[in-house]
Amino acid sequence: MKAMTILKYQWKDLFRGKWIIGYGLIYLLMADAMIRFGGTGTKAMLSISNIMLLLIPLVGMIYGALYLYQSREFTELLLAQPLDRPTLFWGLFGGLAAPLALAYTAGIGIPMLYTGMILTANLQSIFVILVLGNVLTLLFTGLGFWLGLKFFNDRIKGLGFALVSWLFLAVIYDGLVLLAIFLLGDYPIEEPMLGMAMLNPIDLARITVLLEFDISALMGYTGAVFNRFFGSMLGITVASGCLALWLGIPLWRGKSLFNEKDF
Amino acid sequence: MITIKGLRKKFGPLTVLDDISLEIPSGQATGIVGPNGSGKTTAIKTLLGLVKPDDGDIHVDGESVIGKWNYRQKIGYMPQTARYPENMTVAELFTFIKNIRGAKQTSEEELIQHFGLQPELKKRMRTLSGGTRQKVGAVLAMMFDPQILIFDEPTAGLDPHASVQFKNLVNQEKQQGKTILLTSHIMSEIEELADYLIFIVEGKIRYHGPMKDLIEKQQEQRLEGAVAKMMEEAAA
Repeated sequence: MKAMTILKYQWKDLFRGKWIIGYGLIYLLMADAMIRFGGTGTKAMLSISNIMLLLIPLVGMIYGALYLYQSREFTELLLAQPLDRPTLFWGLFGGLAAPLALAYTAGIGIPMLYTGMILTANLQSIFVILVLGNVLTLLFTGLGFWLGLKFFNDRIKGLGFALVSWLFLAVIYDGLVLLAIFLLGDYPIEEPMLGMAMLNPIDLARITVLLEFDISALMGYTGAVFNRFFGSMLGITVASGCLALWLGIPLWRGKSLFNEKDF
Repeated sequence: MITIKGLRKKFGPLTVLDDISLEIPSGQATGIVGPNGSGKTTAIKTLLGLVKPDDGDIHVDGESVIGKWNYRQKIGYMPQTARYPENMTVAELFTFIKNIRGAKQTSEEELIQHFGLQPELKKRMRTLSGGTRQKVGAVLAMMFDPQILIFDEPTAGLDPHASVQFKNLVNQEKQQGKTILLTSHIMSEIEELADYLIFIVEGKIRYHGPMKDLIEKQQEQRLEGAVAKMMEEAAA
């Protein structure tokens, strides 16, 4: 009940800030352009998911941390009221993650509706892109919350860590993987490679997209390994489990930090 | 009745509250005084559960409140620096807190009238002056008619007129048998409002008891002189 009241207020506050509308518009314009130029087939969806894989983690983490800093007064005001901390935590998190997820879903979904793509394209692929985007939004907003709480009194540090983590997960990590393949290509490294992909939620999402559109062949030998493993029931289970851990651990750590915090 | 037993709090190497034990009697007004940084605000925040103590216990009406939250239903709190969500209007803020508290009957109207806040109701919080924010804070603290009222430097940003209005209200609440806890650096204000006095220096209690006794003990006419003397003694 009370969590809903908090959520409702934040919802209103976010939309009043207009920022979230801009965020949704970016996806709308991008999806519209991709469909216009790439047709309603696989190509457009792949381009959309590539941008999603970069943009969602960045925005989720930065805005997750930033939002916590911004709503400090609000948090202090509410903590003096008869309200328990877990309710407030979930209210704050839901109040940010849900509008972000909605902005993404609407931004991607609306162009698909009015171009008629939804009728011609593979529904399962559309579904995968939408679900992945929503999971990534929750995951990285949670990570941002955790970083924000960890460095609650030092905004520069909190935002810096968010930015560096994004850079590492989205860009540097891939470079390291390529370097490892280049250096150790003569050895049987398929399994360690699989392990490394599991450790990075962006990689996990990317692999899911590649498999969904069946272009893992483009990744050569490792692609085949991924295909064999992730295509199997075991692969899907392990990958979903890893994503769930990535979603759960930052939120769990964040919540316990929030519970112990002095305001 | 609020009972505090052996309360300790450290912020890193800094000891803010050092083994504080005291009783705050019901239906009376208690003033907390002490130099800057002596732990007054931390003590109040611990009572509210905003700060978690390292050790010790706090009982409100005989029940421990550490880790609980429902007891805050009984408390109205006006913070020292009133900071509120910037984008909310005053009226929205009142409605929002009413929803959070789940309260139907409030004395909102009268309090708004009392402080002359009607013209401000539609304004965003960020456009308000410091004094107006303080008034909003006072309304929020008192509108739910709680048994315990906590004011942290309530008149710091108020003009003389609003300050007198505020003190009249506090006196009214006192007559209704509310427990009032307030901090202030203005001794005449404490003298006017409080019956009991707590004097804290560096996280330790130096005096706790009826205000009159202290003034007699220090052989002074006014509280200001008595407290100043005590501060000198503490520094020596």
